[in-house]
Amino acid sequence: MFSYCSDPHTLEGARWLSCYLTTGKQMAFYASFATVLALLLVTAPVALLFGFGGAMAARSHFLPLRWFGRGYSAIVRGVPDIAFFLFFVIALDQGLEYIRHKIKCPDWDQPIRQGNDFVVCPQAKLPLSSSPQWVHEVYGFSLAVVTFAIVFGAFAANVLYGAMRAVPRAQIETAEAYGMTRRQTFWRILVPQMWIYALPGLSNLWMILIKATPLLFLLGIEDIVYWARELGGMKTSAFAYPHPDWRLWYFLALMVFYLTLTRVSEVFLGRLAARLTHGQATIGGERLRTAAR
Amino acid sequence: MSCLDTVQAYGLRAIGIGSRLLPKTDFTLCEQFTLIGSGLIWNIYFGVLALLFGFFMSTGVALAKNARSRWIRKPAEWFIFVFRGSPLFIQFFLFYEAFVLLPKVGIDITLGPVELTAQTRWLTRAWLGAVIVLFLNTSAYAGEIFHGALQAVPRGDVEAADAYGMRGWTRFRRIIWPTMLRLAWPAYTNEAIFMFHATTLVFFSGFPAWQQKGDALYYASYFADKTFNPFIPYPILAGYFILLTLTVIAVFGAINRRLNRHLAPERRQKMRFRPQMIR
Repeated sequence: MFSYCSDPHTLEGARWLSCYLTTGKQMAFYASFATVLALLLVTAPVALLFGFGGAMAARSHFLPLRWFGRGYSAIVRGVPDIAFFLFFVIALDQGLEYIRHKIKCPDWDQPIRQGNDFVVCPQAKLPLSSSPQWVHEVYGFSLAVVTFAIVFGAFAANVLYGAMRAVPRAQIETAEAYGMTRRQTFWRILVPQMWIYALPGLSNLWMILIKATPLLFLLGIEDIVYWARELGGMKTSAFAYPHPDWRLWYFLALMVFYLTLTRVSEVFLGRLAARLTHGQATIGGERLRTAAR
Repeated sequence: MSCLDTVQAYGLRAIGIGSRLLPKTDFTLCEQFTLIGSGLIWNIYFGVLALLFGFFMSTGVALAKNARSRWIRKPAEWFIFVFRGSPLFIQFFLFYEAFVLLPKVGIDITLGPVELTAQTRWLTRAWLGAVIVLFLNTSAYAGEIFHGALQAVPRGDVEAADAYGMRGWTRFRRIIWPTMLRLAWPAYTNEAIFMFHATTLVFFSGFPAWQQKGDALYYASYFADKTFNPFIPYPILAGYFILLTLTVIAVFGAINRRLNRHLAPERRQKMRFRPQMIR
């Protein structure tokens, strides 16, 4: 990075550190923080969408759909999340390859499960073995996003389902009295009003989502945990920048990163709650109204 | 090998009793059920110990956070913030690395070198190190729950205790503490449930599974890796955990009934199963 970094063995003190902290691998470590933030920003809306779908399914008048909605959130919540992460990544991958296999190679005669192997024709592999490295990385990341969205969608479904039921019955009855259809009542009355009831649960979920991001490491993504272990491990003098086992310091840095993220989210969500409470027929809204007077 | 033989060979494999070698090929359903079930011993061990010690610690943390002196209050607040604000996964890594470094840092206690080295080595093993991390973690979460409950203790109860001339420890043990527990119990049940779920992280986060003695998820992922078929071991694991969750709900429900036994039925705290998983 800097001009004086060409021969790291001659460096001392702060200069050594400045060179060490700007090597290519260190840069990859810094970039992986962006991976975590990207995962958070992509997953949150997708999970919310899944949750909305789940909550709508759970409220459905069509029985099998209702069972699906209730079962979805019940099962995901009853089992350790990490088991789901490990399960869905393989299951989704195999499912996609299986479908592609059926479409692309209809005349393939060997069985797909051969003993301990899962074999599909080469054209059905995901991603294709000929594709460049970045495709593999994007594919892995997308699988992770979908997995997170499925798991957190179930939590969100539960929160949103509760929030929909918390909207005062009188509001719905008024809408019906005006002659609105079920669909109109849902979209014009229920959905706009449910957010304030959903916010505490969703804030909590966001905090949990933040704390779930290190699990990316288990899904085989080169995230901050991967790099912290990689870079922190002891480096002998064979390396350009030898140092003892520094993993403790790397993990301390990760800890500080997560604590900062949590704190910032807390402050932001607190402000959002205050804003959404304005004009609501709740104790909080009443307090804001009388305080303003 | 019949299923009974398998149970004999692998039923206690997770704690090192039985066959040394794990099955390598031709996995039967029985083997998967047995090994994953034997791994569950570790999950129960971690969960029970962490909850047992954590229960007392969290009461202390809640009281400290409720204290008037800021020298007591601030450390408790920081403790709760650090352990609730960061992922358990990172905490495991951090503590494991710290424990590994301990002998190298070399804290000399006058107990004698043999005893000291033995003690620090144990910290890097899951049976002690992971329990410490889980204990600190659950203390922070439960401390926050208990603190909330402590503040919700009705004023009238405390005033009645004062009127009876109860002070200090007597008032706390007879009046405040039982009421706090009663109010906190439904939330604490959820905490216990996801404490058990969190124990699955141990062997995926630094702590090595020594001689392949791992927990239920360790064996489940072992089978999934070997067979490349996630559709059998993970549902088995899920089944075991749902059973474990139901057991926890039954035990904590019984305690809840006892805590509420003096109340009129309609004023009792309802148990709601509403776990929040990841931490």
